[in-house]
Amino acid sequence: MIPARMICRAGLVRSRAPGAATFAAAFFGLLSLFAPAAQAVTIERIVSPGGIEAWLVRDATVPLVTMRFAFKGGSSQDPPGKSGVANMVASLLDEGAGNLDAKAFQERLEEQAIELRFEDDRDHFRGSLRTLRDRREQAFDLLRLALTEPRFDADAVERIRGQLMAVLRRESTDPSVLAQQTWWSTAFPDHPYGRPEKGTPESVAKITTDDLRAYVRRVFARATLKVAIVGDIDAAEAGLFLDRTFGALPPEAELEPVPQAAPSGLGRRVVVKFDVPQAIVNIGSTGLPRNHPDFVAAYVVNHILGGGSFTSRLYQEVREKRGYAYGISTYLYPMERTALLMGWTQVRADRTADSIAIIAQEMRQMAEKGPTAEELDKAKAYLKGSFALRFDSSDKIAAQLVQIQIDNLGIDYINRRNDLIDAVTLEDARRVARMLFDGRLLITIVGRPVGVTSSGPG
Amino acid sequence: MKLAQAALLLATVALAAAPERGHAAAGVKPDHFTLANGLEVVVIPDHRTPVVTHMIWYKVGSADETPGRSGLAHFLEHLMFKGTEAHPGQEFSQTVARLGGQENAFTSYDYTAYYQRVARDHLPTVMALEADRMSNLTLTDAVVRPELSVVLEEQYQRVANNPAAQLGEQIQAALYLNHPYGRPVIGWRAEIETLTRADAVDFYRRFYAPNNAVLVVAGDVETREVRRLAEETYGKVARREIAARRRPQEPEPIAERRLVLADARVGQPSLQRLYLVPSETTAQPGEAEALDVLAHILANGTTSRLYRRLVVEKGVAAGVSGWYQSTSLDPTRLALSLTPREGVELAALEAALDEALAEVVERGATDDELRRAKARMIADMVYAQDNQTALARLYGAALTTGQTVERVYTWTDRIEAVGAEAVTAAARRWLDKRRSVTGYLVGARTPPEGKRS
Repeated sequence: MIPARMICRAGLVRSRAPGAATFAAAFFGLLSLFAPAAQAVTIERIVSPGGIEAWLVRDATVPLVTMRFAFKGGSSQDPPGKSGVANMVASLLDEGAGNLDAKAFQERLEEQAIELRFEDDRDHFRGSLRTLRDRREQAFDLLRLALTEPRFDADAVERIRGQLMAVLRRESTDPSVLAQQTWWSTAFPDHPYGRPEKGTPESVAKITTDDLRAYVRRVFARATLKVAIVGDIDAAEAGLFLDRTFGALPPEAELEPVPQAAPSGLGRRVVVKFDVPQAIVNIGSTGLPRNHPDFVAAYVVNHILGGGSFTSRLYQEVREKRGYAYGISTYLYPMERTALLMGWTQVRADRTADSIAIIAQEMRQMAEKGPTAEELDKAKAYLKGSFALRFDSSDKIAAQLVQIQIDNLGIDYINRRNDLIDAVTLEDARRVARMLFDGRLLITIVGRPVGVTSSGPG
Repeated sequence: MKLAQAALLLATVALAAAPERGHAAAGVKPDHFTLANGLEVVVIPDHRTPVVTHMIWYKVGSADETPGRSGLAHFLEHLMFKGTEAHPGQEFSQTVARLGGQENAFTSYDYTAYYQRVARDHLPTVMALEADRMSNLTLTDAVVRPELSVVLEEQYQRVANNPAAQLGEQIQAALYLNHPYGRPVIGWRAEIETLTRADAVDFYRRFYAPNNAVLVVAGDVETREVRRLAEETYGKVARREIAARRRPQEPEPIAERRLVLADARVGQPSLQRLYLVPSETTAQPGEAEALDVLAHILANGTTSRLYRRLVVEKGVAAGVSGWYQSTSLDPTRLALSLTPREGVELAALEAALDEALAEVVERGATDDELRRAKARMIADMVYAQDNQTALARLYGAALTTGQTVERVYTWTDRIEAVGAEAVTAAARRWLDKRRSVTGYLVGARTPPEGKRS
């Protein structure tokens, strides 16, 4: 019953930008769930008997329970020279825990159709659980084991190391990955954000079981945990599961401080020659922190320039009018210790220079004149109207609620969110556009671009 | 929704206890009816969020193209966003965006589909827009030419930049000696380059009609309302004469095929294998279900047979994956894909793969494997109930590939009924090397691998 592999019209959705999708999803809120016409879906803040907080949405329509959670940390907590520890931990937590070896653990998951997933981005270590309602006891129990008693058996560690090495070798010749890595390592040369999230063959080879255990001990803690639960479960029972699952974790994390940083290399262009028929272009600049008073205005303005719809200016100019690219988009990417405006396209090699010039020109024009009143109205209409689409499955709702907690927007955020969009004036949009699109971009290009070379201040 | 909920609870109980038959895990049974002009309509209610997914599926895909015009079904899909007399230019997409809707479209071998996800109040608007472009598309060279460039860039992005994707195309072409499934959905580049406005218009007139389409609406709607709206919109579109879908069929395969793609851009070698197998639509009763279970047992996840044998026990593979493409109008594929552990030659990996497959052919799957696979597959159907778009896709793909609502709805029962002997029989009959193509992806400097020992 797997749908056929298929190809789509638009390459707007970038799955490769780490964290970008998570963020974009987070920003869309939940308000229309509370619209008068809607059936009310209520978010409850629950605190377990042991003091662990979670946001809960009860929904018994489908007999399942979904939980998402995140710890502060992510790959920026990898020790120096050992990039890839967080990624390796994420791959190993279901490879045996407690008195269950990898095989026994995974067979229990499979036969009870319990899904546990772990992943890291630069700032967070994230997890999810999905289970049929009647298997919830076993599901939370297996998650507890994975988080508190991972075995890291030698054979499992070597097996997973082999898999991670294969991924790194594959990605070593993936032009999209090369373009991104080049951007991050140039923008953050002396900062954890500049290190490859999955590590390098050299760093992954050096990771020891002690490194994995140390990461778990330092990062998995109650104080830095955010949790959302959605599904056929009540508050009392959810509280018990919270305590059972997370209660044995240490109260406080021992995180290495990650310094505040601004992207360097703005104004530079870095070309990496690679034998593919397109030029893969990544651009980036300084953005706005999530808690900045102008963040929402910036979000709206970016939507108009290059955000996620067929109507953006860049989409119109680069794709619709000229046919230079299949996909092009820009997005805001606020992180714990920096704030970025990012963009991406894959263009005809012989139109690389034109495309970059168009992007720069559109940014300049947006900075000078801002959007039109009509553009602003349309963008607001889209952003408000599409709100509910982010909340039509348990898993989506749980992901949103975790991100809203991470972003510290408050449990009422979803009720305020569309008003925040509405409050953005043309004057706000112009002011923020001037700030956001100041023309100082770090551009990395992988491929055989015609007429474009590395340039700019080193 | 009380009824549905009760039904779903039964499913879970049935899972935990005995293989008691019941449609429960499939969730609410969709409503299904046909308009006077031949348009089939499927309605899948889900009232949790005031959102609907509206999809129109045409029974035309790349396998319906005329030889020499590969890529045309997909190219037309792009051009469908270029406007009609009533809604010129990009008015369609602008309207959907203003309503806060998300939209896109996709093309496969057997179908082309267009969808919008909108707040339920906007369903009438998107139905009217979609019904309008079912027969009123207007195309000019001024919009067709840049879009052809876009599609050519898409081909670069999806295929030419990526040797593994190129190998996938080559293997599929080698698997199908005669059937148009051997052509890539996106087309062969040299043929895409020659596609014209006239090609697209002809194709549109031949295939886009209510009697060659399936409307699927999932979400916060009632069937009565969808029926009324469908009659007011799509119901006004005239039916057309549509030729029967008869594609050239495969001869019985008699020769194993092998190929090597060597490319300097390959950082990690890999092995892909396809078998030619029957689909839900072409299989004898019980065969497709057995293939579904077999594929799951072989290659789904870390408890699968091939993962255990090749990754864990022998340590020759770093990773294993596989799938069976059950929804297909004509005979389809069972695929296996393997990544060798560092230092392991592809020939050695393939020998280990063949040994593991031979074991399944000779001795079948264990009871544990069978039980786990079925429980997991049926649970996946419960999970699918959580996502209206996923459900809409399931039904749309099935109904455009010769299946029925009933078949989809009874899928979990049919899976539950698969016995050990059926899995062994499927392995014996279909995991036959003569039915297969094996492809090696290697770095350019590596000489082609030697013959399999």
